[in-house]
Parts: sequence; C-alpha cells; structure tokens
Amino acid sequence: MPAQASDTTIIGGGVVGLCTALGLLQAGRRVTVLDGADGDLRASQGNFGLVWLQGKGAGFAPYAELTRDAVAAWPNFAAMLQDVTGTGLSLDQSGGFEFFTDPVELADFAADLERQQAYLGNRFSHEIIDGDKLRRMHPQIGPAVVGATFCAHDGHVNPLRLLRALRRAVLALGGDLKTDAHVTAVAEAPGGGFDLTFRDGTRHGTDRVVLCAGLGTSSLAAQLGFSTRVYPQRGELLITEKLGYRLPFLSSTIRQVDEGGIQIGGTKADAGPDDSETLDVMAGLARQAVSVMPALADVRVVRAWGALRVMSPDGYPVYARSARHPGAYLVTCHSGVTLAPLHASVLTDWLDENSNAPDLEAFDETRFAISDAA
Amino acid sequence: MKPASRFLTRPDQVGVVHMTLDGEALTARPGDTVAAALLAHSGAASRQSVNGSSRTAFCMMGVCFDCLIEVDGQPNTQGCMTLVRDGMALRRQRGLRDIARSDADA
Ligand SMILES: Cc1cc2nc3c(=O)[nH]c(=O)nc-3n(C[C@H](O)[C@H](O)[C@H](O)COP(=O)(O)OP(=O)(O)OC[C@H]3O[C@@H](n4cnc5c(N)ncnc54)[C@H](O)[C@@H]3O)c2cc1C
Ligand code: FES
Repeated sequence: MPAQASDTTIIGGGVVGLCTALGLLQAGRRVTVLDGADGDLRASQGNFGLVWLQGKGAGFAPYAELTRDAVAAWPNFAAMLQDVTGTGLSLDQSGGFEFFTDPVELADFAADLERQQAYLGNRFSHEIIDGDKLRRMHPQIGPAVVGATFCAHDGHVNPLRLLRALRRAVLALGGDLKTDAHVTAVAEAPGGGFDLTFRDGTRHGTDRVVLCAGLGTSSLAAQLGFSTRVYPQRGELLITEKLGYRLPFLSSTIRQVDEGGIQIGGTKADAGPDDSETLDVMAGLARQAVSVMPALADVRVVRAWGALRVMSPDGYPVYARSARHPGAYLVTCHSGVTLAPLHASVLTDWLDENSNAPDLEAFDETRFAISDAA
Repeated sequence: MKPASRFLTRPDQVGVVHMTLDGEALTARPGDTVAAALLAHSGAASRQSVNGSSRTAFCMMGVCFDCLIEVDGQPNTQGCMTLVRDGMALRRQRGLRDIARSDADA
C-alpha cells in the first residue's frame, strides 16, 4: 500500500520541477515535490541566468514561439514571485548582444535570426551591428569584435534568487517539498495512481506523477515507458570580483550580476557526468572576454565552476504525456530559466487538460521516434 | 582587550617592515600577512562591503574575502593571503572598485 496519497507528485526540485509545482498549486492542486540529494548534478544551481530569445528556435518554429511567450511573461512572473516571497529577482530585460570576432560566425548567426524573424514576425526584432558602429555605441568594445547582433527582448535574472524564490513560493502556497528524497523506482499502482520507492525503501503514493528530474530523468523515464533520454552538456563559467562600475551592456557571454560581479560563460562540451572546471577552458573564457572588452584585463576572477546542461536529443523541450500510463508526465528542457513563467502557468493547463490548454504536440517525444525512423 | 594583545609574535620574526595605510606610517613584522598586520595595528574596519557595512579580516585563510584591501594600487587584494613588504602602500576600500576608465568610458 502506498504510504500516503497526494494529488500530484513532482519528481525533481530544480527550476523546472518547482515551476511546475507552483503552477499546479496556484490552480488549487495538492502537490508534493520530491527532490534528490545535495550531491546531485543540478543545472538550476550553476546556470548563467539569461532570459534569452535571440537565436532560440531558429530551426524549430514552435520553440521560437514558446520562448517568445516566456520572455513576454517574465515581468509579471517576477512580480508575482516578489509578491509571494518578498524575494526580488533583479530581472532586467533591456536587450542583449551577441558579440562576434569571426565574420563567418556572425553571418551564420544573422541567417539564424532571419529565420527566427520569419517565424515570429512583429513579435520579434533584431539588429545586425558592424564593429565600428558598435564601438561608437559602446567604446568599451575591443577592436577584435567584428560585429554584434542585438535583440531588444533579451534580458537576465539572478538565477540563485530565482531558485530560492521558487522554493519559498511552493512552500508558501502549501506545497510539500521533500529534500534528500531520491526516487529509485516508479510504477503504476494496482489500484490506480502511482507508487514511488525511495532509496531507503520507503514508498510514496500519488494520483499523478510529473517527471522533472533533470539529468536524473532517463532511468525513471524508462520505467514509465517514456522514450526520452537526456544527456549532460558541460558549460564552464567565471565570476569576477564585484565592481562599482556598471557594465553598460548585456551579452550572452558577459553579464554583470546585480551584486556587481561580472559573469563570463558560454562554453559547451560533452564531458559525460563530470561537472568540474578545466584550466584551459577557463583561460579561453577569460581571453575571449578581454578581447570583447579590453578593460576587463585587470579585473580578477574570484570563482570558476562547471555545470551540466540537461539536453534532450534535439535540444528542445519535451512535454510528454505517457500513453501507456495515463497520469504520468515528463517535462524537461534546456533554458529552464527562460521558460520558467510558462512552466508555472500554461503548462498547468496542459497537465490539467483544461480546454484553454496550449497545443504542445510539437514538443511530444514522438518526434524522436519519427527522426529515428527517418 | 586590545586587539594587539591577542597576537603573539613568532620568535623568528626579527626586524620591522615599514608600510603606509591611507598615507600614514604603519609597521609590521616580517612574515606577517597584511591582514595580520592590520589586526595587530588596530583591528578597525579595513573596507566597506557592498551594502556599506564595515569589514575586516575574518577567516585568515583565503576563504571569506572579508579582508579585501587595496595593495599598491591593486584593489580587492586578499590581505590574509598577501605578505607584508617594505614600502607597501595600503588603502582601505570604500565601496566597490572601478575599472580602468580610460578604456571603459569615452
Ligand atoms: C552552464 C549552464 C548555463 C545555463 N544558462 C542558462 C541561461 O542562461 N538561461 C536559461 O534559461 N537556462 C540556462 N541553463 C539551463 C538551466 O539551468 C536548466 O534548463 C534548468 O536549470 C534545468 O532545471 P531542471 O529542474 O530540469 O534540472 P536540475 O536543476 O538539474 O534539477 C533536477 C533536480 O532533480 C533532482 N533529481 C534527480 N533525480 C532524482 C530522483 N531520482 N528523485 C528525486 N529527485 C531527483 C535533482 O536532485 C535536482 O535537484 C544553463 C545551464 C547550464 C548548465
Ligand atoms: S580573511 Fe577571509 S579571505 Fe582573507
């Protein structure tokens, strides 16, 4: 017998699971969030904090649309979290740059943005700016930069305060948040609903289960008959000493956090489950940042870290309902910070199968089966 | 208790190192760290944090970053990880450091 029954149980207490829980709680559901151990790989604790639209979904219109909706929903979402928890997220959506030192890469990215523009029409805007014009706007930019792209919809947020605010909001709305609650097995219960087993052998019963376990998703997905598997992609980041100087621009690789430090990031590597940082990558990040903004040369880095992105096979989100086990759902994505407001709102309608639920068909896992067969 | 009385002098510390703190003379023992020298000197705040509160060295082992101070023109130097040297110019920090303005803002 399951030890207790609750309406919906979310496996995973990162930003994705907490947002999903928050939306359901606001809709009046009873929600339990089961989160794993402190040593788990947790993208929500190591990310860059961008709320970013530029370039998203250039090859996949539904993702461009989804991201556009999310970015537009951020101001109200941040205000709601501030209301409920008193935690300010330092959201700033005043636009962002991508800087290029290689003209071919700039041209390729500009072509991506053209495609994104075609998908989104007047819901998007972007500019291509050559190096000299850029330096007239921002004299801090170094001579190695050949040009930049700019999107007025881009922004950033303090990602650690986002995580804290989400936890507080879930608790404030009556959610049951269990930490160090690693789920090892999940199965349909004989009398309906699901039966979850923890590492210590104790169990937990629930009517519905939503799998949001980040890099812990794959094994549980298999048990529920989902075909989605996720893999880790390592990113390394640096943060400098705090500065009184305010960086006059935001970019996807250099951003100033509200407390004053400059965060530098953007690397991608397949390193398996290893989230350690490496000296050569850190040096490369620092070099790149100094070539973009030479005045950073004497600013000191105080911390560096690696974190693992949660990547689906094609890099786009997966929102899947189990056909075999009704009541079981799988939710995973990269860019869970950017998409947070949607996971706490329209995803709720989709989980509850409300009549106003968005069509998330394009994000079903059947797309992997199709591409496998092709 | 005067802060200085909490610190014993190592037997091998002979001689005096002459430095300045905000332009005023300050002496220390060879082998001291900047943070130890400042604590022995007065124990007063050596910087202000982001929110304006007073700070000085705390962990003495490179972890807490509370001992940040300007050393020979280099701001945010960890005093507890820096050995004293003759002629060293120390400045207490108020607020956050700037960056090289000549490059930064036209
Ligand atoms: C370097 C880097 C930079 C990034 N930059 C950005 C950015 O700028 N903007 C943006 O939008 N996104 C960014 N992301 C992506 C974003 O961080 C992730 O999309 C998001 O954090 C994923 O959240 P999650 O909840 O799915 O996963 P996680 O944060 O990994 O959380 C999963 C949780 O599930 C728990 N868990 C796992 N297995 C089990 C189990 N069996 N039982 C119970 N609990 C379990 C774990 O303990 C963990 O807490 C970045 C990611 C990285 C790595
Ligand atoms: S006193 Fe803690 S880092 Fe120097």
